[in-house]
Formats: sequence, C-alpha cells, structure tokens
Amino acid sequence: MAGNVQVTASLNPAARAASLMETPMVEVEHLSFWYGDKPALKGISMSIPKHRITAYIGPSGCGKSTLLRCLNRMNDLVDGVRITGQIRIGGTDIYDPKQDVTELRKRVGMVFQKSNPFPKSIFENVAYGPRILGTTNRGDLAGIVERSLRDAALWDEVKDRLQDSALGFSGGQQQRLCIARAIAVEPDVLLMDEPCSALDPIATAKIEELMLELKNSYTIVIVTHNMQQAARVSDYTGFMLLGELIEFTVTKELFTTPKDARTEAYITGRFG
Amino acid sequence: MRKLWRSGEPFIWLTGGALALALLMVAGLVGLILYNGLGFFWPKHVLRVTLADGKVMTGQVADREPIPGTPGQYRIKLRVANRDLYGADFQWVDESQIVKREHPLDLAVIERTEWGLLIGTIKEVRDGGQGAATGPQAGWAAIQKRLPEAIRVRKEIKRIETGEIGGINYAQEQIRLKLRRLELRGVATGPEVAAVQQELAALEERYKQQEARLAELRRRQVGSALITADDGKEKDLPLSQIVDIYFPNRMGLATKAGHYAAKISEFVSDDPREANTEGGVFPAIFGTVMMVMIMSVLVTPLGVLAAFYLREYARQGPFVSAVRIAVNNLAGVPSIVFGVFGVGFFIYFVGGSIDRLVYPEALPTPTFGTGGILWASLTLALLTVPVVIVATEEGLAAIPAGMREASLALSATKLETTLRVVLPAVMPSILTGLILAMARAAGEVAPLMITGVVKLAPSLPIDGFWPFVHLERKFMHLGFHIYDVGFQSPNVDAARPMVFATTVLLLLIVGLLNMFAIRMRNRLRRKYATSAV
Repeated sequence: MAGNVQVTASLNPAARAASLMETPMVEVEHLSFWYGDKPALKGISMSIPKHRITAYIGPSGCGKSTLLRCLNRMNDLVDGVRITGQIRIGGTDIYDPKQDVTELRKRVGMVFQKSNPFPKSIFENVAYGPRILGTTNRGDLAGIVERSLRDAALWDEVKDRLQDSALGFSGGQQQRLCIARAIAVEPDVLLMDEPCSALDPIATAKIEELMLELKNSYTIVIVTHNMQQAARVSDYTGFMLLGELIEFTVTKELFTTPKDARTEAYITGRFG
Repeated sequence: MRKLWRSGEPFIWLTGGALALALLMVAGLVGLILYNGLGFFWPKHVLRVTLADGKVMTGQVADREPIPGTPGQYRIKLRVANRDLYGADFQWVDESQIVKREHPLDLAVIERTEWGLLIGTIKEVRDGGQGAATGPQAGWAAIQKRLPEAIRVRKEIKRIETGEIGGINYAQEQIRLKLRRLELRGVATGPEVAAVQQELAALEERYKQQEARLAELRRRQVGSALITADDGKEKDLPLSQIVDIYFPNRMGLATKAGHYAAKISEFVSDDPREANTEGGVFPAIFGTVMMVMIMSVLVTPLGVLAAFYLREYARQGPFVSAVRIAVNNLAGVPSIVFGVFGVGFFIYFVGGSIDRLVYPEALPTPTFGTGGILWASLTLALLTVPVVIVATEEGLAAIPAGMREASLALSATKLETTLRVVLPAVMPSILTGLILAMARAAGEVAPLMITGVVKLAPSLPIDGFWPFVHLERKFMHLGFHIYDVGFQSPNVDAARPMVFATTVLLLLIVGLLNMFAIRMRNRLRRKYATSAV
C-alpha cells in the first residue's frame, strides 16, 4: 500500500514537465486525507498552473471533490477528518496554523454542484462577498455587482431585475449568478465542483464558454463527471481513482495517449 | 366485493367522511357560539301575558321547551327582569295557562347601573321631588329632555373619581412610599421630609377641591322616573342611574339594527358593570392582547436562541437528542403545572427578591411579589417556548446545506453566515412557531388564574401615570372572564348570553392575532422563499 502511494506520488515525467513550464498557482505535496479511519486521498502531489483550467475526472467516490474542498479548507467543517501533506497557494501554506481561513477563502472562491443562491435579490447575492469583506458604500457595491455580472455574462439578462429574488431565475442563470457571486471578491483561484451536472446542454455550453473567458483572469479548477466537458474546456486533466491521482497531464495527451491502463479503461468507457 | 375494495373507492369515502365530520364539528361549534353570542345584543320584543288565574307577566321570551312528562305541552321562559322588585330575573310560564298575549307599545326596557334590567311603563317623571310629567308619552318626552344631562353628569363624576381622584391617590401613594424610603434610610426630619410633607399637603388641598366638585355634581342629579311594573309594583328610578332606555315594541328593523350596533360597540369599549354581568369587556380585551404581546416579546428571542444552539452549535449526539425529546415533552406538561411553577419561582422567589431589594418601602405590601401581568406573561412564555424551539429547529434543518457552504466559501465566518443567511431564511419558521405560541397563550386560562388574572382590575396595566407601563399590575383576561361570568356570577342565567358574546370576542381576537402573524409570515416567505432547484 505504502509503495503504491510512492509510485503515484512520482508523476510521469512528461506531465510534470508540461505543468512545470507554467507558473504554478497551487502546489499540492503528498496530500493524504481521511474521513475518520477511511482514507479518501492517498499521497497526492501535483501542481496547478496559473490562469489555466485544470480538470479532475474519475468515477464517483474517487476523491476528486474531496481534493477540491481541501483547496479552500471547506473540509474543516466536517467532523473527524485528518489531513497530512502540504498545499501551497501562491506560495503560502494554507494549512499553516497561522493561516486565517476566511482570508484563504477570499483568495479561493468556489462554485458548487447545486446552484445555491441566497434567498435574496440578485444585487444582494453578488454584493454578499464584498459586504462581508467590509465594502459598505452603495456606489462601490453597484460597481462591483455590475462588473461581476458582466464577467459572468449575466448582466444583459438581469440588469433591469437586480432587485428581483434570485430564486426566480432558471438553473443555468442561477449557476452563472453563483459564479458572479464568487468572482465579486476577485479570488485568485476559482474552484468548480461539477458546476454543470444539474444543467441542460445549452446552459452547460454557456457556462463552458464563460469558463474559457474567465481563465484569463482566474485559475480555475473544475471537477467533472463529464469527460467531454473536461476535454472541451480544460488545459490539464487529472484522472483520479480510489483516492489516488493516477495520471495528470495536458488534456489532449491524457485523452489521446493515456500512459496508464486504468486511465485508458476509464476514458474509453470500460468502467466508471 | 373484493373488486370494490381493491378499487379504493370505499377508502376514499372513509377518508372524505372523516374530514367532513371534523369540518361539521368545527362549523357546529363556531355556529353555536356565534348564534348565542351575537343574538345577545338584539333588542327583543317585550311580551305581556295574562294567565288563566288573572296574573299578568311582562318580559322578553328567553327560551321555549316541552314540559317534561306532558307531551305536546310547551312552556316559555320569560325574562321579567326587575330583580329588585320580583326577586328573580326569570319566570317559567306554561303556554296552556296563557289566555292573552300582547305587545304594548309603551313598555320601556331600561338598562341601569344597578340591579340589571328594568321593564315597565313610565308613570311619572319627577324633578327635585316635584312632578314634571305624567303618563308614558309626556314622561318619555321629559326623560329625553333630561337624560343627556344626567348621563353627562354621571360620566363627569366617573371621570373625576377614576381620573382626577385616582391620580391624586396614586400620587399620594408615591409620596407615602417616598416618606417610608426616607424613614428606612433613617431620615425622619429635615428639609427633605419637609418638602415631601409640603407636596402631600398640596395634594390634600387638590383632593378637597375635587371632593367639593363631586358633591356639587351629585347635588345636581335630582330627576327621577316612576316606573310601574306587573302587580302594580313601582320603582322610583333616579335618572342618574339610567344607562339606556328604549321601547323594543316600537322599534323597526333599522332602529333595532342601530341599537344592536351601539350595544356591540359598548360591549367592546366599555368597562364591566355589576360584577361583570353587564357593560363591556374592554379591560379584558386589553389585558389579553397586552399579555400575548409581552409573551411574544419574551418567548421569541428565548426560543430562537435555544433552537440555534441546538441545531447550529451543539454536537449532535445522544445528549442533544435527549434535550430535544425533553423540550418536546415540555409542550405536553399540563399548563397548571407551569402556573404553579410561576407562582413558586417567579412570584415568590424572583418577585419577592425584587421587592426586598428595590421596593423595601412598600413592604409588607408586595409590589412584584404578587401576581401580575409580567409574571403571567413569563409563565406563558415558558409554556410556549417548546413550540417556538421546535418550529425554529425544523426551519433550520430545512435550510439547504449548500446555502451555508456558499456563505462560508465567500469568506464569511460562521457567525456572519448565521446572522446574514440562516436567520433571514429561518424567519418564516420562527413566525410559524410564534403563531402557534400565540394561539396557545391567548386561549390559556388555568396558569393565569394563579399568576395575576383577577375578576376586576381597578386599572389597566398602561395608564397616564409615570412610568406609564405597570407590569406588576394584575389584569383582566377574556378567558378568565368567560369562566367568571358564566360560573361565578350571582346571576348565572342572566349572564349566560354574555359568556357566549365574550367567547365570540376571544375567538375573534385569537383569530386577528393569528391573521396578523400569518400575513407577516407570508410576506417574509415571499421575500425569503428557499431554493427549489
């Protein structure tokens, strides 16, 4: 078992070389994670480059969501978890005891699988983060809200209905609103946990388009069930299985010439 | 047969039947109360019957029922009133004995400040012992001329008695307490005491002035009316005692409706008279509403905070489950038990301590160490807090975890998340709890009887004397009023319709309070509707 971890920790040299050519934003080293006694992540190491879209694929329960939630310490909320290894974002160790969690979450935004707007108006939803961070001036807030909604390609659809409840909108619009809300605090990294799994193909296409737009300003990490989606939008893709990172490389390479037999089996649909 | 059963048809009938029965029972209950309660104020015709033995009886028909043992025979219950003349308000008359029924136009029904209704004919009107008018027509004209002034003077007397003199009494009491306070500090003489004494003397002077005004007003009430009733009995009724006088046999439908409306407005806005069996119930309405309000103000924060701890902060485990079960069971404890707790803890312990520490000058007369609206409200708050806790907890459990996560992921702390996201979203559930709590509290009587409700409270808990809100005062309550009027009054028969009228009012007030809260909740629901996607 221990040997196995060692093996996966040392990535295939080509992938490591490919991602190291870029500026790393997030660096994960020997990350292991347990829910109680149950291991969920086993010795994961990798480097996520800045201003790129990095996708994780893998069957259900492989630990890809857990990995994502380690990056903004959302797992802290769960009782009885244990974590070893190191994660550095922008060079700082985020599990350092001196690290302020709220400060970290300001730098690492998150969009969830199920769109979860607050039962407030569109404006209040987007302004929530800035308000928490202390922006009170109505004019400043209005500026932030407009910029965020424009960046999330939602402005034209909602600009006349900013005071309407966010819950009156379609699932796709709500998810883009959640993206606007996440980028309103201008994070460095944007985590997306299966953001399109509850959406129809048209809404999915819009979100994907938006992601390609956003990667110019943000480092995006996305977890997805949908291999086509990973292939369409991401620059790098990692394949995870049973808590291990089996293969992590440039997307095109992973889908065309997988190095590992398990990766090949998964992307060709033989299991998962 | 089996096919019919499997079709589900009989079961649908069964469920529908059960619902229909429940609805019928509710409708019957409300209908009966409304019928009995609202009919009370309708001016009924006055009937004069002559019996076979020549006896004449005059009164309003209150009831008609078959005579037990003699089929086909009926008897009527006549409200003959004139308690001071006949000794009883009601008489049973066998219909077979009646030889003549008539509705004389001159019969007057008089509401007065003492002895209940008076039914009879105006014989003479006197002014200062001198005859002013004779006969029904002239007498009625003379009464109409003098009655407004008599009523005005009576109201003025009452205003002086309760307002002016009541105020002076209140001030005197305060000064007496001030003196006592000085005495307890060991100051028996000196400038302070002299100043207080001077205030007291000034008050005494004012009191004498008011007394003189009262005597003057009383001297002006000299008119009286001589009313004849059955058996040639007569009553010399001072005009100052007449509250209302009317001739039901002369009234048309419109006049009766007007009279009816006036009676209802008097009922909800006046003070009770004659051991609560006449007049209005305004102090009881006021007490009920104020108590429910104070209870709401106390119970909401307590219940909500407790629920937040249970659901948001406590580690879920066997202990929290046990606490939750205990809280739920608290809702099933008989309310009188809470009343006993209220007496033992709030009144004797807390109130007694407050008295010793803050109001030592009034002892041995208790200030907070006796029943009062604050203690009654607190007791009810304790009684209803499980309802609020359970409703709030259910609301908290229904908030999607994603909403909390979204807030935390936006770098909000747990406290910020709780206050900005969770609290607004759970507001409708809190109001649901409050609605249930209010409905329960407004209808509760048993614990109130031992924590501060009285048959007749001399003053309202809010009045014009500093500090304006007197939470230590005893108060009146509609629920207790129903019990008191129906079962404790000296004249139960006459008071019975009043029981129904008060019940209608209690239902109405509970309904209005609920409607207000439900409207508020619906507005919040629209504002904070939880995500359905």
